[in-house]
Amino acid sequence: MDFLVFQYPMITIQACLDGLLLGILFALIAYGMALQWGVMNIINIAQGDLVILGGYIAYFMYLYGIHPAWGVIVSPIIMYFVGIAIYKLVINKVVDRDLFISILATFGISILFMQLMNFAFGADVVLANSGYGTTMLFDNNVVLPNSKIFSAFISIVFAICLVVYMKRSKLGRAIRATAQNARAAKILGVDTEKVYAATFGINAALCGVAGALISITFTIHPYMGLPYTIRSFMIVIVAGLGNLPGVAMSGMGLGIFEEFADYILGTEFRIGSVFLLLVLILVYRRFKLSRKREYLK
Amino acid sequence: MNKNSWILYIGILVFGLVAPFIFPAFKVQLSILCVLIVLATTWNIQGGEMGYNTFGNILFYGLGMYLCASVQVGMFFPLAEWTESGGEKTFVHTPSQFFQGMAVGLVVAAVVPTIVAGLIGYAILGLRGHYFAICTLGLGVAAGEISGGIEIIGAGQGFTTPPFPNIGGLEARGEFFYFLSFGALVLTFIAVRAIYTTRFRLILNAIRDNEDKAEAMGIETMKYKITGWMISAFFCGLAGGIMGGLVGYIDSTDVAFDGREMGVFMVLMAILGGKGTLWGPIIGATLFHFFKEGFWTFFLGWQYVALGVLIVVIVIYFPEGLMGWLREKYPERFGEVVDEADRKAQVELK
Repeated sequence: MDFLVFQYPMITIQACLDGLLLGILFALIAYGMALQWGVMNIINIAQGDLVILGGYIAYFMYLYGIHPAWGVIVSPIIMYFVGIAIYKLVINKVVDRDLFISILATFGISILFMQLMNFAFGADVVLANSGYGTTMLFDNNVVLPNSKIFSAFISIVFAICLVVYMKRSKLGRAIRATAQNARAAKILGVDTEKVYAATFGINAALCGVAGALISITFTIHPYMGLPYTIRSFMIVIVAGLGNLPGVAMSGMGLGIFEEFADYILGTEFRIGSVFLLLVLILVYRRFKLSRKREYLK
Repeated sequence: MNKNSWILYIGILVFGLVAPFIFPAFKVQLSILCVLIVLATTWNIQGGEMGYNTFGNILFYGLGMYLCASVQVGMFFPLAEWTESGGEKTFVHTPSQFFQGMAVGLVVAAVVPTIVAGLIGYAILGLRGHYFAICTLGLGVAAGEISGGIEIIGAGQGFTTPPFPNIGGLEARGEFFYFLSFGALVLTFIAVRAIYTTRFRLILNAIRDNEDKAEAMGIETMKYKITGWMISAFFCGLAGGIMGGLVGYIDSTDVAFDGREMGVFMVLMAILGGKGTLWGPIIGATLFHFFKEGFWTFFLGWQYVALGVLIVVIVIYFPEGLMGWLREKYPERFGEVVDEADRKAQVELK
């Protein structure tokens, strides 16, 4: 236990800012999760592995001498097709089934991806160096890497683009209609199969963007996927489906929580504290609902 | 119980007792098979009978593993020094110390997870469906991450369990652990079979089929759910304690709280065999173990790829498992009365 973080305000500010910028990234991943959960009623355990795969695309561009920031454009395009492929092979067979089936099936995909990435890219922790330098604030007491600011900015841009796209475009309207009532949408001429595929593709593309940003800002490793899944799941259940400002807020809150847990408990308990927080949130909500004799559905 | 099933049980028992002498090279594999069957059978109480699909039984398994080894060491030697020195080099268990420690350790490994399950049961079992699944997944991973940061049980470098003592040049390690795990298997089977003949199973099935309705019928569902979970936890802890001694080395995320391997295996084995049946998990575990060992041997390195594909294929194409398939094919054998005309009509419809 280390409470130094509260005694020096500069460290507190540092942790808050770091957490805020990190949380915006989490919110982007969680937005994809909320999208597919709301539209297709699927909980995708492989979400985090899609993120890591997107990160490796940016990392390989960096290895071949292209600036990794271009990964923000390239990675979602590749990941969109990866997402469509996963949908055609596996997901379309579990859409109408029990949620546990989808959890288990995507768990299988997650293990598959983990190991394939381990073969293809090796088990080393890697990062793509963007060479953006750092920004100093408050008399050089708070250090912010420019890459984090860049990644937060890009996440916000992508989120806004997606919101506008969902509101204005034809496909966006079809997706929202399917989320409301798939049967009615089908009757009114929406090709729900296509909508589902597009939704999963968009989700994978979002993961690709987030992954590319993570490979610039932090580090990536083939086995680091599951914590991102759990984080996005947590953000979605705190915010609720289809509540975009809520997703952004709870994402940032989670980021700040993690930075403080890192300072107070130590880095080795960081991931553990995230998983424990998930359990605590679920249990809290269960007790809150059980007063009205209801339960989480 | 009729005469045929008695013959079957006695046959299996005799086979189990002589198996390590017929196949002396496969003693460790057979012991692991026994542990896997115990895990699949107890998962089935939760996932199959009660309808609460959990990824969290790995919590009790890992807890039992750590507890058994810690008690076995801590009864005679200082635990912190043991883990720091890497175990067996500094301290040596005499045979009587080893067996005493193992006996007490197994009791603790079975009882403490049961108590833990009872304590957290009220909070966790109030969740339903996929929230329960994800919550228990989180519990298992959190336990692994946290135990990986605790110094006294070896933190990141792992925990070596006491080596099997050498009694007068007799090499009996394989036999000892085989009979221990076979004993656990027999105990589990008898207990589960006894439970499945009582009203308790019907209540669990009622909870699975419609929990609200069961509650409205006056069943205190929470009480039965916690009891079911505690039974699972008891045998999972026992299996974990045995497995810890068998493997000889405990690591927080790779051996004890191994959600990626054992945590998924137990779900998969039960589903492969057919959940909600007595024999399904046993057959599933046996098949799975053969398949897994084949893959682990011949496709070394690709085993997780194979595992991932296997999970997807089983879940999508055989969600009812082997027993479910047999039940659909030969319903008479499962005591279901089928009207011949009705069946013909259905075939024609297809």
